[in-house]
Amino acid sequence: MSQPKRDGIGNILIVAVSVCLLCSILVSVAAVALKPVQQVNRELDQKRNVLVAAGVLEEGQTTDAEGRGIEELFAEFETRVVDLRTGEYTDAVDPQAFDQLAAARDPATSEMLPSAEDPATIKRLERYGVVYLKRDEAGSVETAVLPIRGYGLWGTLYGFLALEGDFETVAGIGFYQHQETPGLGGEVENPRWKAQWDGVELFGSDGAPAVELVKSRAPADSPEADHQVDALAGATMTSRGVQNLVNFWVGDRGYGNWLDRMRQGRA
Amino acid sequence: MSKSRDVLFNPIFDNNPIALQVLGICSALAVTVSMANTLVMCLAVTFVTAFSSLFVSMLRNRMPSSIRIIVQMTIIASLVIVVDQVLQAYAFDISKKLSVFVGLIITNCIVLGRAEGFAMQNGPWLSFVDGIGNGLGYSVLLISVALLREPLGAGTLMGFEVLPSVNNGGWYVPNGMMLLSPSAFFIIGLFIWALRTWKPAQVEEPDYEIAENVQYREAL
Repeated sequence: MSQPKRDGIGNILIVAVSVCLLCSILVSVAAVALKPVQQVNRELDQKRNVLVAAGVLEEGQTTDAEGRGIEELFAEFETRVVDLRTGEYTDAVDPQAFDQLAAARDPATSEMLPSAEDPATIKRLERYGVVYLKRDEAGSVETAVLPIRGYGLWGTLYGFLALEGDFETVAGIGFYQHQETPGLGGEVENPRWKAQWDGVELFGSDGAPAVELVKSRAPADSPEADHQVDALAGATMTSRGVQNLVNFWVGDRGYGNWLDRMRQGRA
Repeated sequence: MSKSRDVLFNPIFDNNPIALQVLGICSALAVTVSMANTLVMCLAVTFVTAFSSLFVSMLRNRMPSSIRIIVQMTIIASLVIVVDQVLQAYAFDISKKLSVFVGLIITNCIVLGRAEGFAMQNGPWLSFVDGIGNGLGYSVLLISVALLREPLGAGTLMGFEVLPSVNNGGWYVPNGMMLLSPSAFFIIGLFIWALRTWKPAQVEEPDYEIAENVQYREAL
């Protein structure tokens, strides 16, 4: 008896509408209620990535050796926004609210890169880029951290590159998001590999970015040795991607103009 | 009470959703590279299976048969989004690693299979227990796969080093294949073999019989 009633058009509509309504309420409540916590997580995560690349914080830790937390450590860093074309600081956007990756997707704040000028395969380059600066007591920059990204083998690697106060020596590197094969390209996360980046000189004698990931390094006293890092075993494409993206972001289209200015003390 | 115990424990070895029904293979391949991810995934799937079965069972007498699959999918999808949001809020690191696979619980055949195959015919409590049981069956298999894949592939377990790998100055050369999806197929295959040797009742009837060799004179 109940069969025709259950399959009647009225019941179908009632069930469909009420299930949709209840489910959408459930989903919206969850999304709205949890949004603040998620936002805090995302910001904290970004700050931690900066600190890890700068070598202030160990990977996977939330406090440093003295027990200072992420917020406290990050407070030592100053966030500035740089106009990548001129290399000057800009006040056009608020550094705290600036989302560089969103800016790179927005046609109003980014441009298409022709493939010849896009070795890191990022497709769109944003106009403004963020930098994180840590100053010593005398007020000169001790560490500068730049966001970097580029294509590896399976997808885009996102990370940060930390530079010494001379703006040409690497202080550290870290990738916080990538899709490389675990154990092969995924070894970009390996602390032993990352440690090699410490002290690498970014620019060759002609002033162009000259970082190389190589199978066997030149002897320590040769001029190339300062620019070389061991490539990752079994991950040729990832290594090539990392090499291209580092050179791209410290080059003219990336932060090169700003780095030039900083080296000459003009900014 | 013993019925709900059967419903709870049967799916673990006797009627394992992956080993016997061979459902839910996709996520079994995808997330078992690391144990921590696997555990969170198992919890998420168990939660979704249990509650979707519960809600579907509560609605089963009113559910019009013409739209039942859509209604089930809507319930499952909503639960998965809630799980995804909770993970993003309280287990951010793991949610980043699991990325798309949490969302893909929606397409996990186990969840819909239990909703359609069990919850539509049984009461809410039994359906809920059945969901938990199948979640446990899924978990047992995934955890045993991860237990092999993570140490052999990366030399770690739960992120701690168990086999010092050469990349970190140890002696173990990680087996790269263990990190790729095919290895999960091999391990699941071995698991099914072991299970069916232990419980021969699970061995399926062959679909056809191979004929004896034809004699020369029969062919004439």
